[in-house]
Amino acid sequence: MLAEVQTLDIVVVLIYLFFVIYLGWLGFKQTKTASDYLIAGRGVHPFVMALSYGATFISTSAIVGFGGVAGMFGMSLLWLTFLNIFIGIFISFVFLGGRTRKMGHHLGAHTFPELLGRRFKSKFIQVFAGLVIFLFIPLYAAAVLIGGCEFIATKFAIDYKVALLVFSVIIAAYVVIGGLKGVMYSDALQGSIMFIGMIVLLVWTYSTLGGVTAAHTELAEMNNLPSLFGKMGFNGWMAMPEAGFGESKYDLWWIIISTITLGVGIGVLAQPQLAVRFMTVKSKRELNRAVLIGGVFILVMTGVAFVVGSLSNLYFYKHEKVVGTIVSTTEKVGVIAKKERDLVKKIPCRLIHIDTTGNGEADINIVAAGHDVVTPDGATIPFSKLMPAAEINELGDGRVEVYPRANAYLRALIKTSGGEWMFNTASIIPTFVTQSMPGWFGLIFLLTLLSAAMSTLSSQFHAVGTSIGRDVYEQVTGRHGKSVTITRVGIIIGIIFAVIVSTYARGGFFIARATAIFFGLCASAFLPAYVGALFFKKMTKKAAIWSMIVGFVVTAIWLVFFKDKEARALGICHAIFEKHSLLLDKPNWSVVDPIIIALPISIIVAIVVSMMTKPPAKDHVEKCFKDI
Amino acid sequence: MLGIESKGVLLAYMLCIASALLCVVYGAINWNKGQETTEPDDVAWAK
Repeated sequence: MLAEVQTLDIVVVLIYLFFVIYLGWLGFKQTKTASDYLIAGRGVHPFVMALSYGATFISTSAIVGFGGVAGMFGMSLLWLTFLNIFIGIFISFVFLGGRTRKMGHHLGAHTFPELLGRRFKSKFIQVFAGLVIFLFIPLYAAAVLIGGCEFIATKFAIDYKVALLVFSVIIAAYVVIGGLKGVMYSDALQGSIMFIGMIVLLVWTYSTLGGVTAAHTELAEMNNLPSLFGKMGFNGWMAMPEAGFGESKYDLWWIIISTITLGVGIGVLAQPQLAVRFMTVKSKRELNRAVLIGGVFILVMTGVAFVVGSLSNLYFYKHEKVVGTIVSTTEKVGVIAKKERDLVKKIPCRLIHIDTTGNGEADINIVAAGHDVVTPDGATIPFSKLMPAAEINELGDGRVEVYPRANAYLRALIKTSGGEWMFNTASIIPTFVTQSMPGWFGLIFLLTLLSAAMSTLSSQFHAVGTSIGRDVYEQVTGRHGKSVTITRVGIIIGIIFAVIVSTYARGGFFIARATAIFFGLCASAFLPAYVGALFFKKMTKKAAIWSMIVGFVVTAIWLVFFKDKEARALGICHAIFEKHSLLLDKPNWSVVDPIIIALPISIIVAIVVSMMTKPPAKDHVEKCFKDI
Repeated sequence: MLGIESKGVLLAYMLCIASALLCVVYGAINWNKGQETTEPDDVAWAK
C-alpha cells in the first residue's frame, strides 16, 4: 500500500472533507422544494452535471479494480473504455438523455422508476423497479464502501470498522442534508480531483517509461514471457486474447469481451442513479455541453487506469529497483493465486522481506522465485520458470539492491488479515504509484481514490432513498406530499443496510461479485423497458412489465446456476446439484455474462408482448412524446 | 503504429481517442443548440 501517512496528508484530507461538507450544506441552502431535493431543481449547470455523471459512474473499482485487471490481462480492456465513452456518454447523452429529460418533465417524474411507471401508467413497474434498486444498490454500494474503507484503514493505520463508521457518517451527512444538489456539487469537486490525479498519473507513467511508442514497444516485447494465464488464452499485455468458442483456451476472450466489455459497457445505460441525471438539467443545451466534458472525463478515467495498469508490468519487470536490508526470507510458502468458494489455488514461492526505511521492519515483500509442483498424476507444473527470478546485488554496506523482474500481478503481493500471502489485483495500481512515483503524488492519489468512492456512494445512497421513499412507500401507501422526509429516512435505511453488509460480508465471495451482478440485473431488467419507453409509442404496459420480469429472472437464473464465479459465490447451485455451475464441463459457457443471454430474451419478450396486447391510449402517448 | 502491433489493441486504442473526439466535436457544434425548456404538464403533480 501507499507510504506511511504524514501530518500533511491528514491536514489535506481534512481540508478536502471540509469542502465536501460545505458543498453539501450549500445544496441544503439551495433546496426549497421536493424537486430540488430529488432532481436538483432541474437546473444544474452542464459542467456540474457532466462531472457528476462521470464521477458517479467511476468508483474505486474502476480505477484500482479494473485497473488491476488491466495489469493482469493488458490493454485489451481498452475495448471497455471505448464502450464507456461511445455508449456510456455519446449514445446515452445524445439519444437517451434528451428524451429522458423531456419525457420526465412532461410526466413530472422525479426518479428513474417513476419515469417508467408514469410512461406505462403502471404502479407495479414503479414499485418493482424501486424494490430492485432498494435491494441491490446497497450491495453494490457495500462493494465500493469495503474497497474505500480498506484503503483508508490501511493508509491511516486505523481499524476497518472505525473507517467504515467515519466514512459512512460523512457521506450520510451531506447526502441526507444536501439532497441531489449537495451530491452533485460535491461530485463536481471530486470529479475535478479525479481528473487531475489521473492526468498526472498518465503523463508520469509514459515519461518514466521513455514515451508512448517506446513504452508500448517494450511492453509488446514482453508478450512472450511465461505466463500463469497462458492456458486461458493470454497472449501478452499488448495483444488480444485468443478468440474463439468451445475450448478452455478461449475463456479469457469471453471474460474480457462478454463480462467486462459488454456487461459493464452496455449495463451502464440502464443504471438508475445515472439516468436520473438527465432529468436534472433544464434544456437539451446542457446535455450537449455535458457530452464534451463527459467524453474527455471518461477517457481520462478508465483509459488511464487501463493503460497505466498494463504499463505497470513494464515498470516492475524492467525498471523497478528496491534498495534496503533483507530482514528475512521465507523459503517456501503457498501464495494464494485464486480464492473462491471450495477453490483455493496456491503457488509455492520463495519470498524476501525488505526494510527500505531503516526501522528494522520489512515494508516491501517480493517473490524471489517459484518452486515446481508435481501433481498427483505425475505431471510437473514449472513454477520455477513461470515465476520471476529476482536479481539481488550486495551493496557492501549490509544493504542490497533488488530488481524484482516480476510482472504486475506477481508484484501485487499482500498479507491478508488471516496472515496468508496472496496476489491481489486491486493492489497493482497502488503498488505502482508507491514504487514509481514521487511521495507528493501519493497524496493526490489518495484524494483521487477517496473522491472516486465518495462520489459513487453518495449517488447510490440518494438513489436508494428516492426508491424507497418516492417509488415504494408513496406508491404502496398512497400517501403523497412528504417526499423529502421519506427520502431522507430511505437514505439512512440504505446506508445502514450497506454498512451492515460491509461489516459482515467483508471478504465474502458474494460481495466481490456485487458490482457485476448489479450491472447485469439493471441491463436485462430495465434496458428494454427504458429504451422502449423513450422510442416506441406502441410499446405496451404489459410488454414493459414482462420484459422487466423476464430480464430479471433470466439474469438471476444465469447467475445462480450457470456463471461459474457468481454461482460459486452464491453457493445455491452447489447446495442443490452438488456442482458449482451446471455448465462447468462446457468450455466458455460458464464465463459468458448474463447480459449475452438475458438481454436478447428480454428484448424479444418486449416486442412479442407489445404485438399481442392492446396499444396504449393515444392521448397518453401524445402527452409523453410531446415535442420529442 | 504507436508501438502497438496487435490490430485488436490498436483499434481499441484509436477508437477510445476517436470516440472522445466525437464527444468534443458534438459538444462544440451543439454548444448553443437546444435551449428550449419544457414545463411540467401534470397538474396533479404540480399541485
